[in-house]
Amino acid sequence: MSSDVASSHYIKIWGILLGLLLVSICGPMLEIKWITLLTAFGIAVIKALLVAKHFMHLSIERRFVTYMLLAMLLLIFMFFFGIAVDIMMPRGHNWEKIHLDVPASISPHH
Amino acid sequence: MGHGQPIATTRCASGVATGKLAVWWVLGSEIVIFGGLLACYILYRLFHDQWSVEAAHTNTLCGAINTFVLLTSSLFIVLAHKAAEEGAHLKAVKFIYLTIAGAGCFLVIKAYEWSGEITHGFTITKSLFWSFYYTAAGLHALHVIGGAVIMAIIAQDVKKKRHMHRVELIGLYWHFVDIVWIFLFPLLYIAK
Amino acid sequence: MGTVHHSPASQSRLASIWHRYLFSTDHKVIGMQYLFTGMAMAIIGGFFAYVFRMQLAFPGKEVLGYGLVNANNYNMLITNHGAIMIFWVAMPVLIAAFGNYLIPLMAGCDDMVFPRINRLSYQIFLLSVLVLIASFFVAGGGFGGAWTSYPPLSANPAYNLTPNGASLWLLAVALEFVAFLLGGINFITTLMNSRAPGMRMYDIPIVLWMIVIASVLFMGSVGPLIAGAVMLLFDQTLAIGFFDPSKGGDPVLWQHLFWFFGHPEVYVVLLPAMGITAEIITVFSRKKLFAYKTVLFTTIAVGVLSFFVWAHHQFISGIDPRMANIFTITTVIISVPITEMMFVYIATLYGGSIQFTTPMLFALAFLAEFLIGGVTGIFLGASSADIYFHDTYFVLAHFHYTFVPIAIIAVFAGLYYWFPKMFGRMMNDKLGHVHFWGTIIPFNCIFIPLFYLGAAGDHRRIYNYENFPDLMRGHMQDLRIVATISLLVMLAFQGVFLYNFFSSMFRGKKAGKNPWQANTLEWVAESPPPHGNFPTLPVVYRPPYEYSVPGRSSDFWPQNEKA
Repeated sequence: MSSDVASSHYIKIWGILLGLLLVSICGPMLEIKWITLLTAFGIAVIKALLVAKHFMHLSIERRFVTYMLLAMLLLIFMFFFGIAVDIMMPRGHNWEKIHLDVPASISPHH
Repeated sequence: MGHGQPIATTRCASGVATGKLAVWWVLGSEIVIFGGLLACYILYRLFHDQWSVEAAHTNTLCGAINTFVLLTSSLFIVLAHKAAEEGAHLKAVKFIYLTIAGAGCFLVIKAYEWSGEITHGFTITKSLFWSFYYTAAGLHALHVIGGAVIMAIIAQDVKKKRHMHRVELIGLYWHFVDIVWIFLFPLLYIAK
Repeated sequence: MGTVHHSPASQSRLASIWHRYLFSTDHKVIGMQYLFTGMAMAIIGGFFAYVFRMQLAFPGKEVLGYGLVNANNYNMLITNHGAIMIFWVAMPVLIAAFGNYLIPLMAGCDDMVFPRINRLSYQIFLLSVLVLIASFFVAGGGFGGAWTSYPPLSANPAYNLTPNGASLWLLAVALEFVAFLLGGINFITTLMNSRAPGMRMYDIPIVLWMIVIASVLFMGSVGPLIAGAVMLLFDQTLAIGFFDPSKGGDPVLWQHLFWFFGHPEVYVVLLPAMGITAEIITVFSRKKLFAYKTVLFTTIAVGVLSFFVWAHHQFISGIDPRMANIFTITTVIISVPITEMMFVYIATLYGGSIQFTTPMLFALAFLAEFLIGGVTGIFLGASSADIYFHDTYFVLAHFHYTFVPIAIIAVFAGLYYWFPKMFGRMMNDKLGHVHFWGTIIPFNCIFIPLFYLGAAGDHRRIYNYENFPDLMRGHMQDLRIVATISLLVMLAFQGVFLYNFFSSMFRGKKAGKNPWQANTLEWVAESPPPHGNFPTLPVVYRPPYEYSVPGRSSDFWPQNEKA
């Protein structure tokens, strides 16, 4: 399946990966937060895609495999956003209490 | 049991060979295991700004060297796969051993890193950041160890020119372990 | 293992039994191992239910066969009743036993694609059983923090009072997940790759589709819980505090991790039960399954939707009310495809020549009883109603109206139906009818009173109602006694089943290859099928439900028959 690809191709991809690694290490040295995030996670995604495409040969694999892996990832994203509201606000202050004027006739305090 | 492989194993209605198909499903299930753990970590991390103080103590150099080691071992196992497909079994064995050496190197660096951190008091119970740090990296390290053991077993078969297709299967797994580390590296070492 | 006392002949015979039944890689033997382990666990789980129901009906009295039940015993009993019935009965029997037995036979191949991984899966499962049973006997007793295992109750030994039981229980559950992940990969790969030549996507019997879709659901949902189990184990053993707010953790996170798995899990066991029913109602109404593709796509829709509803278990746990709104809507939506499936099954029955054999009775009862479970679920899916109902027996009754049909009634349907294939002999139909009515009538008598009690506000986490005079008013205690006595009757009638099952295994009428005149491939093999299943592997020429085709002399048309 991949025997027609020369070893030099894999070595080239490896070189690119190392270059990206270097960028992601140097990113934080600028000490700008959004650049750090971009170089850290943007490059992680690119590296992962490169490994998946060229080393795992997902580009020439049957399509349904890619879809299955993506579906699993999607589940995790859904889980993340489904629980984010709760985990990010664990003190119970998730909503505003609306002030309500209780008529004196039904209020238990009178 | 004295009987060979069932005919079922040799059928291929989906167009992906049985062993490979199963490995893809294993990786699918691994995605949700690591994904679940990392989702929890990211949510906590975003919520607790003060974790960056703890994260500043992780050793970026060790993390970077380990990333380099894993990326290189990924290259070795893909070259082993190529050699196995060309029928050059001894060359494949050589590359598998190089990959195992990479796994060993990764674990040695990890051990050095962790022992330094633990002696400085950054243990798993110090704070939740360190709990996640050791849990996530520990789960990953278990996968590295498992992969190395399986590769050693496969190498014995490949030496005798048997089960050559398994080089590709362990390769897929190894690349996945690599990808997990690619994400752990910025999460634990860079984003401070 | 061999000793000098054995003669060589008996030694080799022992070794061969050992090999054949304990270390076999044959999918049928592994299916049987799962089945019998599941049945043994069902007896333990049923015994636990008997003990705590006796305590509820006759508080403070000694229970025959157990003794006095104190508060800790009660917690341990309900926790492990729940865990056993779901993780060690419903899962192994519905998915693992039927999946292992049926997938290679109905897909027309000689075994699972990875027989040795299959064997490993059972061995890990058996280990999980042993760990669970060991957890009952350690110091402090078995785990008592409910089967959902919410922290801080489950995480802090000072609260649950079962320091050793809690960790062992968690370990057992984790091992069980590993076993089913291995099994699931085997199921999925086998159906995807090893179908008989000619078996296209729409020629696959519905039950196989459903077992495999259930395995995919399991695989997609269990990951976060495995991660969560590791975190909880660290909380228990190292007091880390992943779920402890005082250390920056969050107990609601566990609930999300648990229910993200826990809700798809409901469909993981429901789908195989639905599939078993589909096979049985087509055979015994001698009709083609109405709208095969609708059933299939509805199943897939259920699978996808099942990932979007989990937080409806947490409406009163302090989750964000805006999310509660969303989850109310998705929960109500998921009842649509399930209802659709019900209608399709009823349409299949409509106009058929129905034979009321024992499996058919159980299959019909499954549909009817599950319907009640589904309808009462709508009350609980609406967050506003759930706030009142959630901690009452209404939830409990609803839950059992879904799970008893799934894990008990549908399993009986499947067992009566495939028994001739499994053991080569027929089960006694008269005893089967006795068992059927002796199960269904008491079942309703147990849980209808509990619905009523729940609506009356009966709190569900109390072990002795004498301490709560408000909950002893009127006929409330009488209803509890009715439920308990019905349970005793129902358990007693399971003796009929066990007698029928084991005596038919040796003395039943010989079944022949195809006693029900069904179409699917398992009926082509000998009963019971030998190792390797088929003398020559079958080829498939048509869909599985071609019954009563006009212009044919026989009213069935096996999938492998050429013309």
